[in-house]
Amino acid sequence: MIAENPTKDYLHAGHSVSSWLGTTDHKRIALLYLFSITGFFFLAAAAALAIRIELLTPEGDFVSAETYNRLFTIHGVIMIWFFLIPSIPTVLGNFLLPLMLGAKDLAFPRLNLASWYIFLIGGLFTLAALIAGGVDTGWTFYPPYSTHFAESAVVLTATGIFIAGFSSIITGLNFIVTIHTLRAPGLTWFRLPLFVWTLYATSLILALATPVLAILLLLVAVERIGGMGIFNPLQGGDPLLFQHLFWFYSHPAVYIMILPSMGVVSETITCFARKRLFGYKSTAFASLAIAGYGFLVWGHHMFTAGQSAYSSLIFSALSFLVAIPSAIKVFNWTATLYKGSISLDTPMLYALGFIGLFTIGGLTGLFLAALGLDVHIHDTYFVVAHFHYIMVGGAVMGYMGGIHFWWPKISGRRYNESMGRFTAIITFVGFNLTFFPQFLAGYLGMPRRYWQYDPSFQAYQFMSTLGATVLGLGYLFPLVYLGWSFFRGPRAGANPWEAAGLEWQTPSPPPKHNFSGTPVVNEEAYAYPEYPG
Amino acid sequence: MTEGMGKIMDFVATPLGAILPPVISRHAASVDLFFGFMVALSAVLVLGIAGCILYFLIKFRRGSDADRSRPKHSSVVLEAAWILIPLLIMTVIFLWGARLYLGMFGKPAGVETIYVTGKQWMWKIRHTQGAGEINALHVPLGKPVRLVLSSDDVIHSFFLPALRLKRDAVPGRFTSFWFKADREGEFPFFCAQFCGVDHSGMTGKLTVMLPEDYAAWLRGENPGGSLAQAGEKAFGKYGCGACHGNPEAVRAPPLEGLFGSQVPLQDGGSVLADESYLRESIYFPAKKIVAGYAPVMPTFAGVISEEEAMSLIAYIRSMGGPSPSPSENAAPGESP
Repeated sequence: MIAENPTKDYLHAGHSVSSWLGTTDHKRIALLYLFSITGFFFLAAAAALAIRIELLTPEGDFVSAETYNRLFTIHGVIMIWFFLIPSIPTVLGNFLLPLMLGAKDLAFPRLNLASWYIFLIGGLFTLAALIAGGVDTGWTFYPPYSTHFAESAVVLTATGIFIAGFSSIITGLNFIVTIHTLRAPGLTWFRLPLFVWTLYATSLILALATPVLAILLLLVAVERIGGMGIFNPLQGGDPLLFQHLFWFYSHPAVYIMILPSMGVVSETITCFARKRLFGYKSTAFASLAIAGYGFLVWGHHMFTAGQSAYSSLIFSALSFLVAIPSAIKVFNWTATLYKGSISLDTPMLYALGFIGLFTIGGLTGLFLAALGLDVHIHDTYFVVAHFHYIMVGGAVMGYMGGIHFWWPKISGRRYNESMGRFTAIITFVGFNLTFFPQFLAGYLGMPRRYWQYDPSFQAYQFMSTLGATVLGLGYLFPLVYLGWSFFRGPRAGANPWEAAGLEWQTPSPPPKHNFSGTPVVNEEAYAYPEYPG
Repeated sequence: MTEGMGKIMDFVATPLGAILPPVISRHAASVDLFFGFMVALSAVLVLGIAGCILYFLIKFRRGSDADRSRPKHSSVVLEAAWILIPLLIMTVIFLWGARLYLGMFGKPAGVETIYVTGKQWMWKIRHTQGAGEINALHVPLGKPVRLVLSSDDVIHSFFLPALRLKRDAVPGRFTSFWFKADREGEFPFFCAQFCGVDHSGMTGKLTVMLPEDYAAWLRGENPGGSLAQAGEKAFGKYGCGACHGNPEAVRAPPLEGLFGSQVPLQDGGSVLADESYLRESIYFPAKKIVAGYAPVMPTFAGVISEEEAMSLIAYIRSMGGPSPSPSENAAPGESP
């Protein structure tokens, strides 16, 4: 249908607009996603910047309370549904999954393109609703506020998220089928790179949890438009029912964000330590365990909400169990470094940053899973700090590390390594300066989503805003040096990191059909030549 | 920005003990102790992992002549150890947290019940003796106090940092917790659940006073009689007495001795007659039918306000009940 030249690399196989917007090549679709989610990211980051400026002073003086509420809603909705959830799966997953499996494309290439269009339509719809209609419910949409009190475009926003959900489901199914059916000869399940295992676990969650979100958004719309009292207590409905359904999706959604980052870290650590991963099998099964347990812990968001004390006890116990597989991964990564041959290139710095920040995020998760402690810190800045350590310190560090690791493969060019290392370091420092003070403010009693606050919290807010400025630079710099590298960077060659893995055995950028012939696999993942001593 | 810098200097100069929020109950002190344990545990783990990583980074940097012979790729003993040891630690944390949590519920002897209603954007408080206040809560020193929370509109959350306690005020149901404040003074409370434009303005002051001052304060704030008396008026206003408490009519179950008793139901089960059950029976009488009665009571949803419902419940409560009364959530309680 579209004139693409199969002998050239995928970037040069066709230059027309339709060769991009009509492509079924998983690598081009990955770039379409990269551009779209980068746009969404900086938009949501701008909202965060406005929030941080407002919070410099205890008084509400930069924006009105109404605008402030809209800002944190935009920030949450866009970051979660239109950046974090699609981030690694749709960009790195789309680009790498067929390459890592030795396949020509995903199982359903046209469905893959459809998924991007659905995502974009959902995203633009949501964005229009958020900006033109102004939604102020927070990304959590708790009724009865969202259903009967918020005078804003709740239904339109929900519609946008509803649409984008289908993109998640389709991508998840596409990945599952691809991993089952398109592995190269000899590529058994236990020879798969761990990135593929995490994509598999993530896809299971995408396919199984997203429908629940879709049902929930539909119920909210039915209640708001049709006046049915599903959640409205005045009509005999139950507002806690919403919270149960919401967190049944939204807790596993956190694992959608973090699992692929864990996969990136496994790839990076092994490459820059020149060593096979310690505990391959326990790491692989840990991903599945996280995906499975993740469905059983939603009630830990509701310890103070009025659910029965006995439910809370069970959800607390299960929440501690889900921490075990995460701990296994951290210990396995650390043990992989032992007797390695370690170099600290940019992707490795991001991966090490991930381990540090994810460990802090995970440990503070234990504070919140502990019932008596959660009662005090729930809905305070402690929670805000905790989930940013997981979702930004973990998921985004992993994403940035992955972009830097596979950039030479994606673009065929190198970036400035010094700039890369410098950026990784300021991202780490800026992140901690932004969010660590929020743990303290939270324990001291600073509630979330406050437009004005008690002056005793100003020092913490000031540090957060200062840190956010540094963090912002950490996200802007790559835009510049990666952008420059894309057009002017020195050629990378097929395998600049001397990494194992099928994706490095084909030229950079890869040809349209990935490999000149079907590769055959006859060794384990990460078969780095190790040093006998 | 100079003001901000000054604040930061103050902050650095403040000793850590002085920046923790005030501790005004034994429960709050227990939570702080637990928190301290968790911080210490986390610090040991983070420093341990970071220490290992740094040591490996230096020792096994590329080009170093460290011994790399016989590298291991898995170890059943090690991997089992880092499953079982965290499991053990987490069991301790779970039990500790659960014990503190269950302590919030229950109903200690001599507890004083105070009704708290969240409303966009204020906290309305009614004392059993009748005193009402807005965005302020007076409680007696050293006496157990139980807060029964509800909401007139959206979900709010009553957060008392000095007591390390919070609970959501959910429309359509009652939630409750109890505490005993052991320190006189004024301490802030907040709304912790986002509830709209003026969410951050929905704050107030908890005043802990000596019991004799509290008694005097209650008398001074009490022009309209007790909450139960207000309930008695509402009882008459809505004609409840035509069926309930009418010895000639047997259409409705009697209310004397009801509060805190087990009520047998039509479907063979039974239910504890606590605030939540009474509230539900006012608004949705068809949900739980008392054994031996026909479902003839009309709903009062949209007719009786949350505040009137509270006063009615206080009235029913004043008619007595079996004692000692079990707790609302029937969760085992810890002594204060």
